Amino acid sequence: MEERPFSDISYRKFLDEEKLMGSKCGKCGKIYVPPRHFCHECGSSQMEWQEIKGEGELAAYTCIYIGPAFMAKEGYGRKNPYCTGVVSLAEGLRVVARIEGVDASKPESIKIGMPMKATFLHRGEGEKARTFLAFEPA
Amino acid sequence: MAGKSKRKIGRGVAIVGAGMSNFGMFPDKDSKDLFAEAFAEMLASVDKGFDPADIQAAWIGNFSNDFFVHQAHWGPIIADLTGIAPKAVTRTEGACASSTLALRDGLMAIASGMYDIVLAGGVEEMSKCTTEEVTEGLALATSPYEGEAGYTFPGVFGALATAYFHKYGAGREHLMNITIKSHENAPLNPKAQFKQTIRDLMEAKKARAAKKGEPVPDWADEKEALFDPSFNPPVAWPMHLYDCCPISDGASCVLLVAEELAKNYTDNPIYVVGFGQGSGRGLHACPSLTSFEANKQAAAEAYGMSGLKPKDVQFAEVHDCFSIAELIHVEDLGFFPEGEGYKAIAEGATRRDGRMPINTSGGLKCKGHPVGATGTAQMYEVWKQLRGEAGERQIKGKDLYIGATQNLGGTGGTCTFTIFERR
Repeated sequence: MEERPFSDISYRKFLDEEKLMGSKCGKCGKIYVPPRHFCHECGSSQMEWQEIKGEGELAAYTCIYIGPAFMAKEGYGRKNPYCTGVVSLAEGLRVVARIEGVDASKPESIKIGMPMKATFLHRGEGEKARTFLAFEPA
Repeated sequence: MAGKSKRKIGRGVAIVGAGMSNFGMFPDKDSKDLFAEAFAEMLASVDKGFDPADIQAAWIGNFSNDFFVHQAHWGPIIADLTGIAPKAVTRTEGACASSTLALRDGLMAIASGMYDIVLAGGVEEMSKCTTEEVTEGLALATSPYEGEAGYTFPGVFGALATAYFHKYGAGREHLMNITIKSHENAPLNPKAQFKQTIRDLMEAKKARAAKKGEPVPDWADEKEALFDPSFNPPVAWPMHLYDCCPISDGASCVLLVAEELAKNYTDNPIYVVGFGQGSGRGLHACPSLTSFEANKQAAAEAYGMSGLKPKDVQFAEVHDCFSIAELIHVEDLGFFPEGEGYKAIAEGATRRDGRMPINTSGGLKCKGHPVGATGTAQMYEVWKQLRGEAGERQIKGKDLYIGATQNLGGTGGTCTFTIFERR
């Protein structure tokens, strides 16, 4: 049994381990990702961890030319845009995630409904190491 | 059921004065200077005169001057500036909806009987930061999951636009109608940051090219220019420069009094008859990518409180931080059916002479968007229009008595809807 608390901190630690994990309501079975403390369907706080398969399709996206500093540090900017989006998962949920493996400088080549699969981007080193959820065309 | 409440406020509340600073980028003015401009105009606008010593409390919306100019705790600063000190001035924060939350607190305070005369306003000072810094500062108000996925404000709205385009078959050309319309209204608003039509801007760009000896663009119309990335570069595709509101400095405020006192100050008060506010969960959990759940909650509450329906609202100021936002709002508020708004807009329905004028002020796009000041600045426009004082941009051919403002914070995390009546 996984004993970690149903928190964003746990969620991010699972990402470091290349696992996309959500919480499942022990009472009504509703799944949430990122995990939640409380079920919005039935009000229960009896959650259990649920691994998410990481398969889905692109529901919305944008190609960003002026990004935050942490994206600029990765080399993105006006001449090198990046794509981020919303993915509808096979489990009937949505997640927001970076979109890799597409040409962000040709936004019209990216299509809503494209099948996607999860991938994990490891950035930074030592104490600054972070893993970001991303999806790429399946 | 949530949002269907017919609950009325316990005591009527009226606006008897309103003011706003010019909106723009002002290197020689700080937040205090800007709020002083708004406050002075508000005092002068009270028809029968008003002694500022009679203000019993105030609420001031400010999103992020902490980040933009490294100063927090704006309540006492405004109290000191206006002379309201030592009485209470409280800062409210709901990202870009901060000053509508100030109005809400003032409304509740008077309705409860706690106070009779209060001020609600807002201020923001953004232009001393670079574009990148402002983008990062605003992104603090996205949901945490959006932020770590690299979303910016324009990025979230860009994603919503792709979902809307896909679902309803609209395209960038439809959003351009919103931009062109805002740029037609703004030259008639002396307080607006941008006072040029898209045509004016095209001519200016051609003149610059000719002067430099560069090839002069020969765009056939506004949309051809707006499709040209040299005129309208991408920011967060499909949001381009002219889909986005500018970086602005400014302040605004309204004077609220209990209904039974209103006629002491003016024969033409504007009553706050409906108010609603909702919270949104962010892109990962919201029920729709082509609507704001917080808008629907806010609208249901405000319509329920006022007993009015969408068709009763004659005109509105809505939060067009990005062109797609205006389109989603006019559908969420019930002015047009879902998926039909872009067609009505293409037919001119939201122009000043249309059946549902939207953003006669020029909107955030052209009037400017000093985020904490925007909510009460929208109310300033409704106050002017309902009283017939909007000058050249006055809506003509209608006896105006019901107007509304819709204000959005963050990426839809906070939405408000306020309905005003002239009796």
